[in-house]
Amino acid sequence: MNNWQILWQARDQFWSGFLSTMTIFGLSISAAFLIGCVMLYLLEGSRPRLAMPLRVFIDGMRMLPFLILAYLLYYGLPGLGIRLDAWWSGIGALAVYHGCYFAEIFRGARLTFPPGQVEAAKAHGFTKGKMFLRLILPQIIMQTRPLLGNQLIYALKDTAFLVIITVQELTAAANSLSGTYFIPTEAFIVVIGFYWAVSIVMEVIIKQCGRFSARRGFDNV
Amino acid sequence: MSEAGIESRKAPTDAAVAIRNLSKSFDNVEVLRDVNLEVKKGDVVTILGSSGSGKSTLLRCINWLEQPERGSIHIAGERIGTTDDGRAMSVKALARVRAKTGMVFQGFNLWPHLNVLHNVTEAPIHVLGKSRHEAEAHARELLEKVGMSHKMDAYPNTLSGGQKQRVAIARALAMQPEVMLFDEPTSALDPELVGEVLGVIKDLSAEGYTMVIVTHEMAFSRAVSDQVVFLEKGLIIEQADPETFFTNPATERVQKFLERHD
Ligand SMILES: Nc1ncnc2c1ncn2[C@@H]1O[C@H](COP(=O)(O)OP(=O)(O)OP(=O)(O)O)[C@@H](O)[C@H]1O
Ligand SMILES: [Mg+2]
Repeated sequence: MNNWQILWQARDQFWSGFLSTMTIFGLSISAAFLIGCVMLYLLEGSRPRLAMPLRVFIDGMRMLPFLILAYLLYYGLPGLGIRLDAWWSGIGALAVYHGCYFAEIFRGARLTFPPGQVEAAKAHGFTKGKMFLRLILPQIIMQTRPLLGNQLIYALKDTAFLVIITVQELTAAANSLSGTYFIPTEAFIVVIGFYWAVSIVMEVIIKQCGRFSARRGFDNV
Repeated sequence: MSEAGIESRKAPTDAAVAIRNLSKSFDNVEVLRDVNLEVKKGDVVTILGSSGSGKSTLLRCINWLEQPERGSIHIAGERIGTTDDGRAMSVKALARVRAKTGMVFQGFNLWPHLNVLHNVTEAPIHVLGKSRHEAEAHARELLEKVGMSHKMDAYPNTLSGGQKQRVAIARALAMQPEVMLFDEPTSALDPELVGEVLGVIKDLSAEGYTMVIVTHEMAFSRAVSDQVVFLEKGLIIEQADPETFFTNPATERVQKFLERHD
């Protein structure tokens, strides 16, 4: 039996690793996106006592290696009496970490958001919440689409770190197979294929979304 | 009894806009000084004055985009911005009174992610709570009125300046405001596009809309106004019907201004 045949027989392990990776990715990136949006809203002017600490938190997160955050949540939180299993601390770490990146991306775009549009919204009787949801946020998302796409790919790759805190995802599957049968190269090549395939699909989808925003004059390529 | 106390007891009139003793400063520089102005229902008032005289600030106080330090503004009898005892209105109440004014900006400020129809229906649906069906029917009428019904599905980035401004006018009209406020609606337009926008505004005046218009277009001001107001360093130094204002101005300042703008 050659190495590839061994891997083929272990395909169920890859597949379930892949499904965990995709579940973790889907849950954490959705949460991260929400966190980014909420943070952007909280950063909207006139609340300096909230905005300052939030900015510090976002910057702090961005300067932290993801792996260390994952460690902290998994091994550090129990010290504070909060015990999360590997799965949920992994998802939590990804969500918060990439949420901060999303927030920072949004914030950059918010700085150059045309103030005239906000005035027009006020003049038409919009209050803050509705204005944010209906007029500001959709435009910020369209404008930052390429950066969001990149962030999705970073987040996908960061799921691989969770092997360190014993989450049974795709990289963990490869790791265990390569350990059992001593075929690291082939095992990791398979995993790379999975990550590439997902990344390429995401790229295509994000590009397609670009047509939607290009029609509206948001022509970031 | 304080001055403010006396003021607040004055009964609001049935004017579309009543501005009393309005003062506003930026960084300790008084930009509006004790301005009083009434705009009757159905009247068109144009505000003239040289650059920096406070025209935009006055207009933007009317819908509370700028907050004056003193004075009061009533829109159709309802006070905007502060309550009678001088406290700030709640955010919700302010938004509700604001919605009684419609504003058209020099820079259009359309929402680029929404097509023309949805620019017009956005606030009626999400601020006034109208049904989509009702809002769209009304929007179609208004877009017809401003000559933009053929561009209903277009996005703002594909429109000319004149077209954008006509959509912005329809968007403001869709709120069925008590008064329309225009801040130099044609100043950002290429000369050949000015006429189409001024034409729309003239039509509105013929239909009896109440409007306050800041403009540098003298011929237009003369043709469309019931009253002309001249601001100078934050003071109204002349206020008259257009005939008197343009043919027989009372002050030397206005005479000079008119000579320069011939
Ligand atoms: N947000 C602001 N902060 C500080 N000063 C301001 C602000 N807005 C206006 N000003 C000042 O207030 C004065 C009146 O400004 P305003 O925009 O009302 O003039 P205007 O008559 O509309 O002029 P223009 O014809 O150039 O539009 C100007 O001196 C201007 O510099
Ligand atoms: Mg101005």
